[in-house]
Amino acid sequence: MLYSPAPLHIPDGFLSLMVSIVCWVAAALTLAAAISRTNRSLGERQIPLMGVMAAFIFAAQMINFPVAGGTSGHLLGGALAAIVLGPWAGMLVMTAVIAVQALLFQDGGLLVMGANILNMGLVTAAIGYGLYRLADGRSKTVKLGITGVAAWLSVMAGALLTSLQLWLSGTSPLQVVVPAMLGVHALIGVGEALITVSALGFILQTRPDLLGAESESSKAGKGWILAGGVISLFVVFLSPFASSHPDGLERVAEDLGFLQAGQAAPYNIVPDYTLPFLGQTALSTILAGALGAITVGLVVLLISRGIKAKT
Amino acid sequence: MHSNAFNRYREKESFLHRLDPRVKVAATVAFIVSNALLPDGAWFAFAFAWAFLLACNLLSRLGASYTFKRSIIALPFALIAITVLFSVPGNPLAVFHFLNSTFAITDAGLLRFASILVRSWLSVQMAILLVAVTRFPDLVHALEHLRVPAILTTIIAFLYRYLFVLTDEVLRLLRARESRSAAAPGSRSGGGVAWRAKVAGNLAGQLFLRSYERSDRIHNAMLARGYAGRLYTLNPHEMRSKDYYAAAFALAFVFLTQLIGRF
Repeated sequence: MLYSPAPLHIPDGFLSLMVSIVCWVAAALTLAAAISRTNRSLGERQIPLMGVMAAFIFAAQMINFPVAGGTSGHLLGGALAAIVLGPWAGMLVMTAVIAVQALLFQDGGLLVMGANILNMGLVTAAIGYGLYRLADGRSKTVKLGITGVAAWLSVMAGALLTSLQLWLSGTSPLQVVVPAMLGVHALIGVGEALITVSALGFILQTRPDLLGAESESSKAGKGWILAGGVISLFVVFLSPFASSHPDGLERVAEDLGFLQAGQAAPYNIVPDYTLPFLGQTALSTILAGALGAITVGLVVLLISRGIKAKT
Repeated sequence: MHSNAFNRYREKESFLHRLDPRVKVAATVAFIVSNALLPDGAWFAFAFAWAFLLACNLLSRLGASYTFKRSIIALPFALIAITVLFSVPGNPLAVFHFLNSTFAITDAGLLRFASILVRSWLSVQMAILLVAVTRFPDLVHALEHLRVPAILTTIIAFLYRYLFVLTDEVLRLLRARESRSAAAPGSRSGGGVAWRAKVAGNLAGQLFLRSYERSDRIHNAMLARGYAGRLYTLNPHEMRSKDYYAAAFALAFVFLTQLIGRF
């Protein structure tokens, strides 16, 4: 099979609308920063380069190696893309890969694409690049060692985020989804780390000039080290906690109101915050009426434009 | 490689094929959002959405079961949700014992599980239909018209263009590895897992270098043909009256589905 779906791609229907929207907003804000940075720092030469590099990540995910009992390891590529292309370009490239996987192969949904981009493209790139910059100026062995840790952690971070989103959506209970996802991805992460390290080692050996050209100034590097470090610490501390004390995390989320917010539809949240003096039924009627009026207005507008286009 | 391996477009002469890609993308997204908004167990609304999906299938002239046959792709992920059968509190429907613990499938759990599956199944089918009736370059242009940043749509367009080329490259690398991995009968070729992973990594590194050098050549060739940072299309992408009508109809349908699901 040329193309096999990876377990981290969430399909539509498995995340609640609220969680999907929050993830889309977070992904869109990060991507907006990535786009403005890329537009500023790179010439138009970079766009064909990034397109071909996105195709490279897509194709590289087909490279596999047999592990045992018919299973095989393969590359996800978020950390590698960020290290060889720089963090912002790496994020854009991974976003394009995830978008094509969702649009063309239905591997991952459209509404939940924000979550998939966040889990597999943005967080992986931040961890991969941030930790890699820690090794600035060190020997090749240290660089490759840190790259391996970063690649493994990037997969774990994606798995942790995915399980938290599934839990907040009410799709899977915390005490099952976190250990299951982290357990499976601890192994997948080892494959990712091995491939990323030897791919980077190969590039460092044959074309070290390609890697030097992409690195940013040391000041920008510090920010990335901080971002990557903070996310890594978050993963390192939250994963064991979530696996061993799911009740504790559940209680915290409930106290903060995350659980209810995650599972509710957006218009169910509005009453609690905006118009508390109105009764539940009255308000929902008004909201439903307003929603209906807006929809009907849009339908009329579209039809009128249709008539206009004809004449 | 056969160039059709990544092509999901199915050539047909139909209303849906001719519809403006913007309308198709917007209607698909609206359909998926509507499914996510429906409460658990809104079976009438789900059935109504399914009827709409079947109608779209027929309208595309690809056959009523076209998307159904291709919709199993999301099923493996259902494993992740199977635990809600036991975890949502409710009246136990079936109780069984396994490894010294007791599991009870609750009615509320079953309702949630079935709803998640139906939502996912309906959504994935609409997405399958979208790419079956829309050429990928048109899809990318529709995204551009829908205000997706040009840098992203351009990267996606290039990704699609060179996907085929680089897949060929990967297949060559894999074939080369294969042909050097001969083994005597009964024994396995190659070293341990770490060694095999290293070889796979070297292939990835090699693929990176080839892709990088190729992108340089591509860029030079594009400059030679007058590339100035924009991709052009011959498709005019004009909204006609029937495109507006179709958009209005899809929106009205989504609203109706929500009404059915709620009252």
